Amino acid sequence: MPAVTETRETVEKLAKSSYEWGFETDIEMDIAPKGLNEDTVRLISQRKGEPQWMLDWRLKAFRAWLEMEEPTWAHIHYPPIDYQDAHYFAQPKKKPGPKSLEEVDPELLRTYAKLGIPLHEQALLAGVEGAEERLPIAVDAVFDSVSVATTFRKTLAEAGVIFCPISDAIREHPELVQKYLGTVVPVADNFFGALNSAVFTDGSFVYIPEGVRCPMELSTYFRINARNTGQFERTLIIAEDRATVSYLEGCTAPQRDENQLHAAVVELIAMEDASIKYSTVQNWYPGDDEGRGGIYNFVTKRGICRGARSKISWTQVETGSAITWKYPSCVLAGEGSVGEFYSVAVTNNHQQADTGTKMIHLAPNTRSTIIAKTISAGKSDSTYRGLVRMQPKARNARNFTQCDSLLIGDQCGAHTVPYIESRNMTARVEHEATTSKISEDELFYCRSRGLSEEDAVGLIVNGFCREVLKELPMEFAVEAQKLLQISLEGSVG
Amino acid sequence: MSGAPTVTQDAVRALEAFIQRSAGHGAALAETGLPTRRVEAWRYTPLRTLADTAWHQAAPLASEAVSTFLDRLPLPENGARMVYGNGRLLEGLSALPEVATQGSENISPLKGMFSATLNAALGEKGLDLRIPAGTDAGLLTLISLSDGDNVSMHLQHRIVLEDGASLTLYDVNAGEGRYIANPRFDIVVGKGAKLRHVKLQRESLTGTHLAIVSANVSEKGEYDSFTLNQGSNLARHEAVVTLGAPHAIVHVNGVQIVDGQRLNDLTSMIHHAAPDGSSRQTVKTVLSDAGQGVFQGKILVDRVAQKTDGYQMNQALLLSEKAQINSKPELEIYADDVKCSHGATVGALDDEQLFYLRSRGVPEAQARDILVRAFLIDALDLVADEALRDLLGRSMAS
Repeated sequence: MPAVTETRETVEKLAKSSYEWGFETDIEMDIAPKGLNEDTVRLISQRKGEPQWMLDWRLKAFRAWLEMEEPTWAHIHYPPIDYQDAHYFAQPKKKPGPKSLEEVDPELLRTYAKLGIPLHEQALLAGVEGAEERLPIAVDAVFDSVSVATTFRKTLAEAGVIFCPISDAIREHPELVQKYLGTVVPVADNFFGALNSAVFTDGSFVYIPEGVRCPMELSTYFRINARNTGQFERTLIIAEDRATVSYLEGCTAPQRDENQLHAAVVELIAMEDASIKYSTVQNWYPGDDEGRGGIYNFVTKRGICRGARSKISWTQVETGSAITWKYPSCVLAGEGSVGEFYSVAVTNNHQQADTGTKMIHLAPNTRSTIIAKTISAGKSDSTYRGLVRMQPKARNARNFTQCDSLLIGDQCGAHTVPYIESRNMTARVEHEATTSKISEDELFYCRSRGLSEEDAVGLIVNGFCREVLKELPMEFAVEAQKLLQISLEGSVG
Repeated sequence: MSGAPTVTQDAVRALEAFIQRSAGHGAALAETGLPTRRVEAWRYTPLRTLADTAWHQAAPLASEAVSTFLDRLPLPENGARMVYGNGRLLEGLSALPEVATQGSENISPLKGMFSATLNAALGEKGLDLRIPAGTDAGLLTLISLSDGDNVSMHLQHRIVLEDGASLTLYDVNAGEGRYIANPRFDIVVGKGAKLRHVKLQRESLTGTHLAIVSANVSEKGEYDSFTLNQGSNLARHEAVVTLGAPHAIVHVNGVQIVDGQRLNDLTSMIHHAAPDGSSRQTVKTVLSDAGQGVFQGKILVDRVAQKTDGYQMNQALLLSEKAQINSKPELEIYADDVKCSHGATVGALDDEQLFYLRSRGVPEAQARDILVRAFLIDALDLVADEALRDLLGRSMAS
């Protein structure tokens, strides 16, 4: 049987495979009524016990949002979203801290077990008193919109690192939040960003003080949990002079029928010689074979390299969601600062992804690298959309961009839309893009060495994505490879 | 799901002069409006400077003016020649190639594209020729001259190459004054036919040039085009080329040389609508002073267009602090068994190369000149006709 036919068949097989990590946790929730108006915004702010300035900020965003139009330029199609037909606030009911794991809500523990979280880490996550141990990863588990537990706060606090839910930060570190929130993604930046600013319910706040190398990788498990609650996460990470941090964001979500809107905003700020590495593995429910019921993922991620020689690096593995609309960007304002974007986007069945990056070079000697790998299978569409802009002051700035697309099957699409704008003669921009399929020769070569069809395709796809996967922290690289396998099961690995 | 751009009252008002002139054909124009920067296709090429003028129809071109132009332009000695002045055929100076016959078809519509809509509303009859099957019509030089202020020309050319026919079209555009030249080409390339379309755009430095070419290429047919954008205050050469049957071959190459405060734009859409097609595109732009260059090149590969081979390269050289390039190479691909790639580079002259030449005693200005020529030469070399390549080379050097 020719390899192509086999590949197609395996893709079809995959299409039938169900979402492996689709489960739903039944935990008591405190849910706001459906609908979105100023009262909703006030309710969220009040429930979170926020100060007046925060409410004002939200209202400003909400009023700006009312004036804005939903963007339509992306290569994605979806039925109109009814913003009034969703709950904008859901919070697990608070209980006093349990004394041991036995007292923890068994549903929660089951969820952790399915996520593969080790027992002692579970204890930490569940807030069991006295369960602190030295572990390499700090986890701020976001259970729906509110952080249920934050671990390792003490260890981090010793280093002077603040890592907490953003709602805690608003109460406990208002001066930091007020100083930085909305400085990278202003309230009226874009439609989905404004919506997030108005109604965000939680997210993470990270502050790394001057000269501190964060003692552990910071990690948040994002989970979308209650039926019909949109997730509006807000993440703010600040690295002061010479500070270094690596942040991991991983997502799995329960299977469900109705489309869910997710509009997160992530802001990164890197001061002089600071370095922020932000890694994402996104595996939200992509919908069934017909594309029904998947997550709508409209995300605004942007970092600014404010200080000289600072560095921001985005790495993402996007395998989930029915729709992905996401452009992690770097504003290179500090002289000699560095921006990086490494991305693998896999779409299958009816998934649609329009993702890429923006590199805005404002200062001299700034450098950026973009490596984007796109894999389309089934009836999916995947687009790389990127902007590289060299402003007049970006003397000797450099950019290198490489976009590669792999098509599996003849019912999918892969598109590349790079924008290159240069206003400085000494700046240099290089861009290359290719689109191809897995060649029969490569497959034949691997198979003649005794590899099965599946292993051969897996090997080739892993090789195709290697440049990106190697940028992930080790724990994540393993998960990412697993996700690639699940996403393209049977067809490519 | 890119929604229709909202047409503002201003955008329509700006077109009023055209709408009035178009005697009832202005409805589409009013619907489109003058594209603003918010319209994706025009984000880098603003047309608002056209809005402050009531553009009227040009008076016939005086014969002295015609001969001055003809003396100045790089023109071949041989071949047939068709000369248009201010949108009218100058019969005394014009003759079609012997084998060509008059066509009688209408220009096929191109919806939603501003240059085409404007042309359709005000169209003036241009070339309408048909090259019979199996004949080689040789070289035809088409000269479009414009002269005057606040006037606009909207020539419509239809060129049909029947199966196995061939033609080399040298398309020369020049003028003086502040005008809009808005030519439209509707080209059909039959089975195994071959059209070479070599264009020189040296319009008045205060003029506007909005050209739009559509070409449909049949089985094993070839449309081989090259555009030298060198004049105009604002110029866009836009090509929409469809590979409508298997084994078609398309080239949409070009060079843009922009200085002063001017803007030159090369926009193309290469549409692979049938299997086994091949398209090649190399566009190079050299920018000095406060010149602005725009390149927008899209390759669209339909689901049926398996075994497509598409290649696109665009490079820009910035020679001054204020020069600016905006480039958008785009791939939209729905077929899996294809080989498509594009590359883009932007930068200044290489210091090391400059140093090398200077260390050999070449003065700096001359060294720069050599490097700029070297940058452009591999694009110019894509002009297959040697005589025309020399003429364009001469134009580039001046």
